[in-house]
Amino acid sequence: MRIEFRNLDKCYGSVRANDKISLTLQSGTIQGLLGENGAGKTTLMKILSGYTRADGGEVLLDGTAVTFASPAQAIAHGIGMLHQDPMDVPALSVLDNFMLGAGRGLAQQRKRSAAQLTELSRQFGFALDPDATAGSLSVGERQQLELVRLLALGVQVVVLDEPTTGISEPQKLLLFAALRKLAEQGLTVIFVSHKLAEVEALCSRAVVLRTGRVVGEVQAPFSSDQLVMMMFGQCFSRGGRPAAPLGDEVLQLDDIAVHTHQLSVEHISLGVRAGEVIGLAGLEGSGQRLLMQACAGIRRVGSGRITLAGQDMTHEPYHRYLQERVAFVPAARLEEGMIAGLQIREHVALAKGNGHLFVRWDEAEAGARRLIDEFRVVGQPTTRVQELSGGNQQRTLLGLLPEHLRLLLLEHPTRGLDVESSRWIWQRLLARRADGTAILFTSTDLDELVDHSDRIVVFSGGAMSRPVSAADVTCEQLGYLIGGRHA
Amino acid sequence: MAPTLLVQTISSVVAASTPLVFAGLGETLTEKAGVTNLSLDGTILLSAMTAFAVAYLSGSLLLGILAAMLVGALIALLVAWGSIALKQNQVAIGFVLTLLCADLSSFLGRPFVRIPGPSVPHLPIPGLVAIPVVGPILFNHNLLVYLSFALAIGVWLWIGHTRQGLVLRSVGERPESAYARGVNVHRTRYLYTLLGGALVGLAGATYSLSVKLGWSHRHTAGEGWIALAIVIFGGWSPWRVVLGAYFFGALKSLGSLMQPAFPDVPTQVFQAAPFALMIVVLVLASGDLKERLLALMHPRMRRLLSGMVRAGPPAALGKPFEPD
Repeated sequence: MRIEFRNLDKCYGSVRANDKISLTLQSGTIQGLLGENGAGKTTLMKILSGYTRADGGEVLLDGTAVTFASPAQAIAHGIGMLHQDPMDVPALSVLDNFMLGAGRGLAQQRKRSAAQLTELSRQFGFALDPDATAGSLSVGERQQLELVRLLALGVQVVVLDEPTTGISEPQKLLLFAALRKLAEQGLTVIFVSHKLAEVEALCSRAVVLRTGRVVGEVQAPFSSDQLVMMMFGQCFSRGGRPAAPLGDEVLQLDDIAVHTHQLSVEHISLGVRAGEVIGLAGLEGSGQRLLMQACAGIRRVGSGRITLAGQDMTHEPYHRYLQERVAFVPAARLEEGMIAGLQIREHVALAKGNGHLFVRWDEAEAGARRLIDEFRVVGQPTTRVQELSGGNQQRTLLGLLPEHLRLLLLEHPTRGLDVESSRWIWQRLLARRADGTAILFTSTDLDELVDHSDRIVVFSGGAMSRPVSAADVTCEQLGYLIGGRHA
Repeated sequence: MAPTLLVQTISSVVAASTPLVFAGLGETLTEKAGVTNLSLDGTILLSAMTAFAVAYLSGSLLLGILAAMLVGALIALLVAWGSIALKQNQVAIGFVLTLLCADLSSFLGRPFVRIPGPSVPHLPIPGLVAIPVVGPILFNHNLLVYLSFALAIGVWLWIGHTRQGLVLRSVGERPESAYARGVNVHRTRYLYTLLGGALVGLAGATYSLSVKLGWSHRHTAGEGWIALAIVIFGGWSPWRVVLGAYFFGALKSLGSLMQPAFPDVPTQVFQAAPFALMIVVLVLASGDLKERLLALMHPRMRRLLSGMVRAGPPAALGKPFEPD
């Protein structure tokens, strides 16, 4: 199916998300839609798949103008979208999710649907258990479920919005293989991403959006520099970070064990020196989060010893860790890191409060202004934090950290951020090493781990690998370790 | 206790619990769609009064029951409209309606206080009633009680085994996903809120025409709250809600049986005891203790039981939905 956008406009408040976008996408291909955060990619795709309506312009399918009042109408026209957070019902079973919205009448046709689900899964090599609840699946599996569901509805166009966020390397390869197969069968696949490497590996043609406008269309083979140029309007090189001298041992873990009812992490021993950066790799839920929480003093260890700069800190309460200049930046920025509903200056007042009964608003205001300037936050001191974009939330969080830290713990420090923001954030983080700060961070982005760590440990099912030197390891080797295999 | 007396007691518990079965199933349907109708206590009062008044004035039981269901549905419509269209807080709407309906029932019901009136006739099912034990317990009642049996089975089948039931659950769990699959979320929520309200109205009618005949000031006060509690602690599962309704009925009749045996204890203790006992049982059935008890069991037994006692509210309960 050929898709044409003509002069498409969409505003959210004062923000022009799509500004006169005109584009043609041919069938039987995998189309890349590239752009940094906030470039308007998702908005354009939501218009195409009926989740929102354009303010002006039109969409043509094989030459016929269409407007969709709902996603269901778009699906009826053969257009289905996979969202970054899969649109399923976690409490229902895989089969229930597969059947929901398909077919008419009162009686369920469970047998027939189950057979169809199994058959489609088999075609793409997906292993989906029809009786498992969707909520118990990994993001990658939920995505597979959504994909086969849309295919069962007979869609001709599949839109995938940042599909590789939070999925494992093997799942990514499986997904890419499935998408290639679909394109061969004549379907149109639209792959929305801000990851250059993935677009380069998968797409035959890429369209780059910037601030709501089309800035260019490129055919494969792509030149990375050219794509970066179009996305950001500037070119920069990766890697080459300045080395920092390592100091004394800051953190010493001796045979730590942490238990929850879902997962046990055992026999963790690790020494971290001042100025050292350690990357914690692994699929989500493999135990790295538990270890981070234990190191931050917010989760009790079952056994073992935590030593911070020579002091035994095992079983000490959280505020002792704060006194010892340990800081934790959790992945859930709004839920755990900040307080939704409060302004930036109120966060400053909370973080830098000095024990007075009344808040010194002038000081908080000035502090917020300094933070906004220094960390290049797009916002005002009175902006409520939930109104900030993900990247600006992360900048604010980092700006709220105390100045001199002994140990900085970060979960997914650049998740969901574009290349430029990520680069900037890492620059700030690595600058802290001069102060003797040791950094522990988790990530699912292998490039990020290799680029910024001194050493990397890999978690798999609660077990931690030996630390490997980041300089000597390749992404492929890491991928194998994360999958629980040896390279 | 003599066997016949035991059978009689159980039979009367089944009859007395029927309104709670109706109200509990109605509220389960509403909450499964993601709407909380908190006005149950007031709705039951007003519909009980309406059923009695209309049946008394018209001489038609059926008209009385239908009028009560209409009242229940209309109050539910206010809840639905306020929470879906106006996006107001469902708890606040429910509370205000509870108070309003209760006072309205006292005001409008004044002419009907303590006067003799119609009641649903006793109708043993021929043949079935002769079955030992089961016959007198299940088949020696009136049509409303038989209707509650049918409804319990019907709601269970509907929610768990039909395509529409799947749609209902998805709307209460994650309306965004239901919408993405072509479900009209608002229409579904209106529909089940009205249906649930009508069943709550039926519960009111069952009180004044079958269980606690006639009308008096605050005739059924408290029953609506019990029904709401049963839905929550029954984990939004129809068969457990029905079980909870019968269990509460059993506790109440146990109280009135015990009373003569302990003449020194004030009667209020026996009247209040079922509520206190209910709380204890509900905590046992849904709290941390359940998890600990399960942990002591054999793994196979545990898996079987934990599936049966799993309880969680619909994830989108009380949350307004708005497509982009």
